[in-house]
Amino acid sequence: MPDQLLYAIEVTLNGLMAGVLYALVALGFVLIFKASGIFNYAQGVMALFAAMTLVGIQNGQVPFAHLINAILGTEIHHFGWHVPALLAILLTACVMVLFAWIVERYILKHLVGQPDIILFMATIGMAYFMEGFGDLMWGADIKKLDVGLPQGGSLWLEENTAWLGGDGFYGFFIDKLDMVATVVAAILVASLVAFSQYTKQGRAMRAVADDHQAALSVGVSLRFIWVLVWSLAGFVALVAGIMWGAKSGVQFSLSLIALKALPVLMLGGFTSIPGAIVGGLIIGVGEKLFEFLIGAPFLGGATENWFAYMLALLFLVFRPQGLFGEKIIERV
Amino acid sequence: MTNAATDMNAAPSPDSYVTADGRTIGGVVMEMKNITLRFGGVVAIKDISFDIREGEIRAIIGPNGAGKSSMLNVISGFYKPQEGDVFFHGEKRPLMKPYQVAQQGIARTFQNIALFDGMSVLDNIMTGRLNNMNASLISQAVWWGKAQKEEFENREKVEKVIDFLEIQAIRKTPVGRLPYGLKKRVELARALAAEPTLLLLDEPMAGMNVEEKEDMSRFILDVNDEFGTTIALIEHDMGVVMDLSDRVVVMDYGKKIGDGTPDEVRNNQDVIDAYLGVAHD
Repeated sequence: MPDQLLYAIEVTLNGLMAGVLYALVALGFVLIFKASGIFNYAQGVMALFAAMTLVGIQNGQVPFAHLINAILGTEIHHFGWHVPALLAILLTACVMVLFAWIVERYILKHLVGQPDIILFMATIGMAYFMEGFGDLMWGADIKKLDVGLPQGGSLWLEENTAWLGGDGFYGFFIDKLDMVATVVAAILVASLVAFSQYTKQGRAMRAVADDHQAALSVGVSLRFIWVLVWSLAGFVALVAGIMWGAKSGVQFSLSLIALKALPVLMLGGFTSIPGAIVGGLIIGVGEKLFEFLIGAPFLGGATENWFAYMLALLFLVFRPQGLFGEKIIERV
Repeated sequence: MTNAATDMNAAPSPDSYVTADGRTIGGVVMEMKNITLRFGGVVAIKDISFDIREGEIRAIIGPNGAGKSSMLNVISGFYKPQEGDVFFHGEKRPLMKPYQVAQQGIARTFQNIALFDGMSVLDNIMTGRLNNMNASLISQAVWWGKAQKEEFENREKVEKVIDFLEIQAIRKTPVGRLPYGLKKRVELARALAAEPTLLLLDEPMAGMNVEEKEDMSRFILDVNDEFGTTIALIEHDMGVVMDLSDRVVVMDYGKKIGDGTPDEVRNNQDVIDAYLGVAHD
């Protein structure tokens, strides 16, 4: 096989993996949008907050240490223990559920029946509040997230694929973390789909997404469903936060991955879980391949920053509801 | 208010009796006492009392804007009356959210159809059974044991309802694609799937042609006959109401102007005035 083709395959594989990570973020948006029609601007910050909390719990950091020290004049920063990764993840998941409950209790409950734009504004406010709150709670420094996920390229894969090409080809380079992320995302999506299709709460969730009044009439509590949906979105944010945090450290820029999810949503549709996945994969592969084949040789590179948006824009022109979005047909 | 209305209000006897067509009507299931509902300055319901007995078909009729739907919404918890009490199974009911009312075994349909358009007919009807599923979240998450057993049981009950209402052919169709008459029937199916003690129907025959109306009337009678379900319904078509119901409440401008058997109501002067259009004071 010619080297050029092998490189293209490698780029495609890496694109698929990157796409999975985009999809993870997009998934959180879809969950909340489906159930309540809210575009949750805070999804990216939720991922950041979850990752910060995870690192904080793992390292035995004292929450609000700066605040406590400033007021009481003490000098405490650490409890002095280390929490095992799995337990820390569980505890963080609990924090995200608590967060979901607080959002419902103190924000959404008061905004029932308000126009969508008001709810959207509320999530913007929430995003900035959370960002500051997270910094206050855990400190604004860049943190290293390590829950024991494998890192670095897979040597095994490189060695076993090197024979495919000539002397200049050293085998496919694929990050082990990306592979783990792919498997985790696949499991997550499969279980989310199964949950919403076959369980009581899943069915109630879909009912609320479809028609509030009808859902009430069959005995579904809207408030419970909203807490549930925000908890799920919080959990998805946690998973995305772990993957992205392990990849590039826990810092403010982590919250910007939400921006990467936007073109994915436009492509896949705001209401479809499989759409988020396929959209993520198309964007991931598309931007990597475009950079490799056209961007780097002809356009001076750095096309990855805008390619996704261009692609999404093109899609919007031809299919405004996205690939898998529900086309709304009104009977007249 | 004179005539039959006052007699029925005085003391609803708990005694059961048997109707001409052989159905047993039991004691009072639901009692509305001096209900008043206001929207700002508008009085939608003014001091209305009536009761619903077990096993009967109770109709609420009246001209447009009489407050019939408001009354149904009070029963199902969508509206909260400013004054008056609701008694269910003899117990005073605290102010409840609609979903709590539904959990008590009161199912309803809507005047403008509220179905889940994106779901199939089968899934829509399955939502009617949400309150009959008790398996824990964990059990459902792993889809094992109790959750699985429950799903099968519920599915069986739903299939029975589907057979009963003769909608087998459309069970996999997304509801959004169905014509109006069938949507109404699916909505009834969803309410029935909950196996309600009290079924509230808000204009079940509105906008239907004669044939569809006949079908719907037959289903309502069959439901009442076979499952012994207590039904309260709102309807405009006087002919239909008189044929279907055991007792009728007549409302006009938020007030009750008649209450009794179809024959009693038909001969009530206030009712005749309201329907034929005598000037209101």
